[in-house]
Amino acid sequence: MTNLSVNHLLGIKDLTADDIQLIFQTADHFKEVINRPIKKVPSLRDITIANIFFENSTRTKLSFELAEKRLSADVINFSSSNSSVKKGETLLDTVNNILSMKVDMVVMRHSSPGAAHFLSRHIDANIVNAGDGTHEHPTQALLDTYSIREKIQELKGKKVAIIGDILHSRVALSNIYALKKLGAEVMVCGPATLLPKYISELGVQISWDVREALEWCDVANILRIQLERQQLKYFPSLREYSLYYGVNKKLLDSLGKEIIVMHPGPINRGVEISSDVADSKQSIILNQVENGVAIRMAVLYLLAQKRQN
Amino acid sequence: MEKRLILDTDLLQITINRLVEELIENHKDFQDTVLIGLQPRGVFLAKRIQNRLNERLNKELPLGLLDTTFYRDDFRRRDTPLKANATKIPFIIEDKKVILIDDVLFTGRTVRAALDAMIAFGRPRLVELLTFIDRKYTRDLPIQPDYVGIRVNTIKTQRVLVEWTDQGAENDKIWLVTNEEK
Repeated sequence: MTNLSVNHLLGIKDLTADDIQLIFQTADHFKEVINRPIKKVPSLRDITIANIFFENSTRTKLSFELAEKRLSADVINFSSSNSSVKKGETLLDTVNNILSMKVDMVVMRHSSPGAAHFLSRHIDANIVNAGDGTHEHPTQALLDTYSIREKIQELKGKKVAIIGDILHSRVALSNIYALKKLGAEVMVCGPATLLPKYISELGVQISWDVREALEWCDVANILRIQLERQQLKYFPSLREYSLYYGVNKKLLDSLGKEIIVMHPGPINRGVEISSDVADSKQSIILNQVENGVAIRMAVLYLLAQKRQN
Repeated sequence: MEKRLILDTDLLQITINRLVEELIENHKDFQDTVLIGLQPRGVFLAKRIQNRLNERLNKELPLGLLDTTFYRDDFRRRDTPLKANATKIPFIIEDKKVILIDDVLFTGRTVRAALDAMIAFGRPRLVELLTFIDRKYTRDLPIQPDYVGIRVNTIKTQRVLVEWTDQGAENDKIWLVTNEEK
């Protein structure tokens, strides 16, 4: 297979296992490219990409921008904090205005779930969802699973625990889809108030005990507590959360096995993960960031390929 | 479809040996010279050249593999997309003499992309092109080989088929394939 089955990357839900493998294989080549003395290839030199971020981001935005530049695309950036959105322009109007400047692809982050899907039905450009509210964050899930694959080769049959704020996490949902498609077993773990009611219908196991989850898994993906999305109080205090669900060195050492520790960032050190774990040998947090650029290059390259001249 | 044999296994080996002698004539002991095979199909020829050179010079010459997919000028213009292959350049090409090796030289566009791709690894002192089959009168670009196995007259609709045992063929053979007029 040399082509993706989709024209946009809106979510992992729409991808096939073959699509994911093709993205991984392509990312392998781009990973080699970004480790060269000259880290740039001319593939997308005739493509213009707009990065539209209606929500804050450091890692994802930088990573996308770097990926685009490594592929020689022209890049324009837009963030809502200093734009006409503040003056009341609608999403469609904003994007159509950007598109009339002849943009081929759009990378968008938005706080509303489904924003990328909405856009893909109304405009001609290829869309990459860089996170839509609490829904999906496909490139993060791709780079997470890619990083696991890099560490332990095969995902089939491996056990991955996703720990923390599952309810508000687009990373969790996209990761569940990706891991299941690649044949891994998934467990979600967190306080009952932060686990969505029907999550087991996605075919995942549920645990309320972080020790149980850690003892079960080969890989632990620890998520951030998203205080900015929590309008209610889901647990009494951060300190209590950290006491019951925080992953620290002592806990990991008592497992009697070495598991891989991941975190999509940004880290709240001392809340969901302690510093000695985040900076330990077991942690592949910085590998995830490096792989993010290669994965995003692969996604953009493969989507551009669908755009015939 | 008509298939005509251009080179059989014996003649193919003789040609490789001759190309190797030509290389030695120009590059002597390969002190400052490196070999780079173009992915995917030039690599099989490059490995044979490397083996024969190792035999003749009694040393282990390194071989680089170069993939041109991301540098091609026909990205998004092809009907069927190309799949990328691995690039492995395990040596420094800065100030070296580089011999690019590919099996068939047709339009010259792959070689143009290869020159671009190679420059990403450094600035060689000299670049030469070795090609097994030179298809005459089909070039789109002003690119000519320095070492040629065999020159053949072909038209654009014909195809040169190279079979290597590495790919599961019974023998190394080179064919000229002519598709029937539609």
